[in-house]
Amino acid sequence: MKTAVTKFFPLALLFLSSPLMAQDNTGSSNSLGLALLAAVVLIAFFVLVQVADNLLRIQAKKVGPGADPDATSIFPSVRSLFRKRLPKYVGDAAVTDLREGYDIRLEGAATPKIDGRIKATTFAMQPPNFLGIAPIPKLAVEVGQKVKAGDHLFNDKKITAIKYVAPVSGEVVAINRGERRAITEVVIKADKEIEYRQLEKFDPEKGSREDLVNYLMDCGAWALLRQRPYDIVADPEAVPANIFVSTFDTAPLAPDNNFVVEGREEAFQKGLDVLNLLTSGKVYLGLSANGEEAPAKAFTEAKGVEKRWFRGPHPSGNVGVQIHHIAPIGAKQVVWTLGVQEVITLGAVFTEGRFNAERVVAITGAELKEPKYVRTWIGANVGELVKNNLSNDHVRLISGDVLSGRKKQAENFLNFFDDQITVVAEGDYYEMFGWLLPSKYTPTVSRTFPNFLFPKATYRADTNTHGEKRAFVVTGQYEELLPMDVLPQHLMKAILTNDYDGMEGLGIYELIEEDVALCEFACTSKQPLQKILRQGLDMMHEQG
Amino acid sequence: MKDLIQKIKKFEPPKEKRFLHTLYDGFFTFLFTPNHVTSDVPGVHIRDRMDLKRTMVMVVLALQLCYLFGTYNIGHQHFLAIGEHTAFLDAIHLKIAYGLIKILPIFIVAHVVGLGIEFYYAARKGHPIEEGYLVTGALIPLIMPPDIPLWILAVSIVFAVVIGKEAFGGTGMNVVNIALLTRLFVFFAYPTTISGDQCWVAGIDYSGAQAVTETYGWAHHAFDWLFNGLGLSTFGDGGIAVTDAFTGATPLALATKGWAEVTAVYSPAEMFWGTIPGSVGETSKPLIILGLLMLLATGIASWRIVIGGILGAVFMTLVLNAWEFDVYMQIPWYYHFYMGSFWFAIAFMATDPVTASGTNVGKWIYGFSIGVLGILIRVMNLAYPEGWMLAIIFMNVFAPLIDYFVVQGNIKRRAKRTAVAA
Repeated sequence: MKTAVTKFFPLALLFLSSPLMAQDNTGSSNSLGLALLAAVVLIAFFVLVQVADNLLRIQAKKVGPGADPDATSIFPSVRSLFRKRLPKYVGDAAVTDLREGYDIRLEGAATPKIDGRIKATTFAMQPPNFLGIAPIPKLAVEVGQKVKAGDHLFNDKKITAIKYVAPVSGEVVAINRGERRAITEVVIKADKEIEYRQLEKFDPEKGSREDLVNYLMDCGAWALLRQRPYDIVADPEAVPANIFVSTFDTAPLAPDNNFVVEGREEAFQKGLDVLNLLTSGKVYLGLSANGEEAPAKAFTEAKGVEKRWFRGPHPSGNVGVQIHHIAPIGAKQVVWTLGVQEVITLGAVFTEGRFNAERVVAITGAELKEPKYVRTWIGANVGELVKNNLSNDHVRLISGDVLSGRKKQAENFLNFFDDQITVVAEGDYYEMFGWLLPSKYTPTVSRTFPNFLFPKATYRADTNTHGEKRAFVVTGQYEELLPMDVLPQHLMKAILTNDYDGMEGLGIYELIEEDVALCEFACTSKQPLQKILRQGLDMMHEQG
Repeated sequence: MKDLIQKIKKFEPPKEKRFLHTLYDGFFTFLFTPNHVTSDVPGVHIRDRMDLKRTMVMVVLALQLCYLFGTYNIGHQHFLAIGEHTAFLDAIHLKIAYGLIKILPIFIVAHVVGLGIEFYYAARKGHPIEEGYLVTGALIPLIMPPDIPLWILAVSIVFAVVIGKEAFGGTGMNVVNIALLTRLFVFFAYPTTISGDQCWVAGIDYSGAQAVTETYGWAHHAFDWLFNGLGLSTFGDGGIAVTDAFTGATPLALATKGWAEVTAVYSPAEMFWGTIPGSVGETSKPLIILGLLMLLATGIASWRIVIGGILGAVFMTLVLNAWEFDVYMQIPWYYHFYMGSFWFAIAFMATDPVTASGTNVGKWIYGFSIGVLGILIRVMNLAYPEGWMLAIIFMNVFAPLIDYFVVQGNIKRRAKRTAVAA
């Protein structure tokens, strides 16, 4: 659309200038004629420059989609004229401004201090966390067995070489099964002092890529890699086109990665170096230009990676959104994604010689007495982490954030990739004329409530749906909340009608659940978009 | 509060009695937002405050000013015709009473018939009652002439709701706007009740050689004791001959003979403020624009459609001004916005999200096309004095096609960029 306007603009100018020329020839008044002539010359010059500029832009587009088209133009784009001033720390780097989206501001953000008193004692690896593996993996341990951190617990039946390892040392106390005997949890009671399986030394710079892949699969670090499309366990046969790491999380109450990475800078950089060896393309680091202060040095001064700055409300921190703007996933391509803490664990394999599954977890939510950070290991027991901290009993414990996290009971465990617990009130109450005159203020993107007048206010949210499910009625709502060139509502309809071509064409490969979570939150018709999207992803995945 | 809910819950009919249960459920959820919580399947744990009930109610609220004015204007036009209480604020009580007697039966029939069908289908399908008809039911009385026979209204609503909506699967699935379909049905099935010069002023009887007002009925006389008690004038018997100056024609009907003909009867100010004959709710431009601004400010109506529509209408009127083929085309372009129901149509009909284009680019095209087509029908086709109903229904039918091309454009663009990346 924008390019079309700029393309026709010079033509329009030429068209407009022709009557001026005509008048110039017949003009009797000399000064007027001169002025018109000057105007014509100016316009002609402008047209020439504009045409040249457009050619430049077209060439820039051919060179690579990752390049910022505004950066190659000599004219500022309209948007950049009106854009907010960039923070100083960005320097000369280009920043991708994302307008669409919304920050849900909730009460109960964690204070950036680690509480050393809180200790979880049981941990679990949960096969359902790893999408794409068979529901009943092959177990390498049995109940009662002692394991060290990094020992094999189970492996997938399809790709047996990928090992899933114990995050802590201790005794396997339970192997829980769910529907159709699928294994849901392998529970370990942790030792007081964690013992690690010593890994043999391996220098990734010297070994071949194949050796590195085999080494990572054996030590358990392979499970840290997630592959797009579908957000599944990475395929050892595939070479990713690029690898993406988002260094900031914009989800409600999400942990601050600048705080998380403190003291682990070396492992983080090592992790990035290893990733560089695994891809045929580049490792991209998504950085936040949202804050007043610069992101941690570990991110801004990371070496050997391409850094890309993003500014905008949630979901600008989602790695899927960043991929879309950096280098969209092409046909038959795969890319990998990791979170900051996954990169640290990967790096620690080489810097410390052990599978160090340490995690800094943010315990957040308005229903907590004291929201805070704790240091624990992957798959910690949820109940133990929030013990003595709940302000009431009628709450929902969530592994992850309120938008795309999963509901947990106190005896359940944090999911493998989650570094946050959110506690929200259950909302199973009736509200008189709640659709007209709400009795309390909760977050909303709708301007029919006065919330938008108070951009700094924070809210207590609960799990009430505030209405019943309906057919799609309102249009254009999702587009305002997803900063991608995707038509979410049409994609959802394509999924619901099993339209494979439509799904592919409308960009299902670029999305996972967390990307449409904000749309689902705001949906007036209360449609379950994440569930629908996963259905579609599963369908496409089965088709291959 | 809990006790109250318990008390109401006692009345809950068993699930086997489907119709009763649906009805109960409809009213219960109207009273109380249900205690549903977000589900356990992958999905969000918190939900936005906004739901479809509130969306619909916002539109209904935006229409309230039109209702107030429309009701009063029915009475005002009636008395204007017979040359009594001709100043706008004379005999307010009579005009309000007269307007209410006209509008209430229309309002009640529209809701009883429409909601009845809605409840029946909801019960049949085992769905909860959907809110779509709240807006449709509020729109229908506003786009009817005040004298519409109630049985015709009922038949039209049955047609529109059953064939136009339920046959397609209910709220959210209909292709054309239900309120407009109702009017379209009246327009083609019973044209004399909704076109010409004789239907826009209430209570005028044209059966004799001379137009006279109908005699007032029991409903009017029911007010006598009250007005008498307050020392106010009453309705009297009726049957009075209308004034010589009375035409009953709307500005659009006069405009075919040129702008001078229009201004001979109605001043631009009258047309703007809406003290002219017409469908009940569409005459007063400032009040409609206030409602429109409310919908735009709250984000319920799409500003793309509205701006597109205004641009389309301006564009087309300018083209006709340039052409100047007949006197109608010579009417200055801005006066087209004083006449007819452009504002009502673009504010409340074109912006219906279900029947409009669903894509943002599509909305521009959709709105612009409505603007162009509406003016085109108004000026070029003398059989249809006003074009918005037909223009919007026409574009409703084409909206999926517009969306198809926009979606294909998106697919092609996406394919291109990933091809470059690969």
